[in-house]
Amino acid sequence: MIKLYNDGKRMTAALYGDIDHHAARIMRQELDEVIAHSCPEQLILDFENVGFMDSSGIGLILGRLKAVRACGGDIIIKNAHPNIAAVIRISGLSALLTEGVKA
Amino acid sequence: MKRDIINHTKIQFPSCSANESYARAVAVAFVSQADPTVQEISEIKTAVSEAVTNAIVHGYRDTVGIVEMSLKLGSDSTLYISVKDKGRGIDNIEQAMTPLFTTAAEEERSGLGFSVMESFMDKLRVRSAPSKGTTVTMQKKLSRREG
Repeated sequence: MIKLYNDGKRMTAALYGDIDHHAARIMRQELDEVIAHSCPEQLILDFENVGFMDSSGIGLILGRLKAVRACGGDIIIKNAHPNIAAVIRISGLSALLTEGVKA
Repeated sequence: MKRDIINHTKIQFPSCSANESYARAVAVAFVSQADPTVQEISEIKTAVSEAVTNAIVHGYRDTVGIVEMSLKLGSDSTLYISVKDKGRGIDNIEQAMTPLFTTAAEEERSGLGFSVMESFMDKLRVRSAPSKGTTVTMQKKLSRREG
């Protein structure tokens, strides 16, 4: 599930639940609708309420990163729990981890 | 024969994606008896999720089959996990284990499953034969907490 908070060209998508292969397919559709509809300059993915993510989440982030960059925007990831930040680091996407990585 | 296995369990389930979270929950419940740290639990969960997802997405691509997960705990607090499918198998294991290599880019598979398993577990072994199936075995020594 996602919840959206819009602040002009900046959009926050708060993600909820575990992100695995099963859940990623649904989130992918939800996020793609948002991106296609509003083409945000900055899409903030808020991981505060995500307790688990495996490499399916990396595919999800990478796919959305491509879509957002295609319309001139960018993605940042905030509030990632340590276990999720560890998976993101393996993927080489650490540069997106700009805000509030939890200790 | 592995020495001093003090507990073990085995589950089988059809290769539906809803069972990915089920397999993780079983692994967490099983390992909890060894009093793992929060970090160990999350590493084991993630590795199990990767192995089971591979069986579902790749082993049984376009079909449904049975995935078997076996968990064993040694007296020295080593956890042994094996995830087995009787699916299509892997043609080239070395290539499959290369970071970012994927045969399912259109489904946004990142090609990082084996990299994650390798990072989070101590040992990883993949046995596979085309059209016979794949077995992934992993092991991790859990820290023994004092007190």
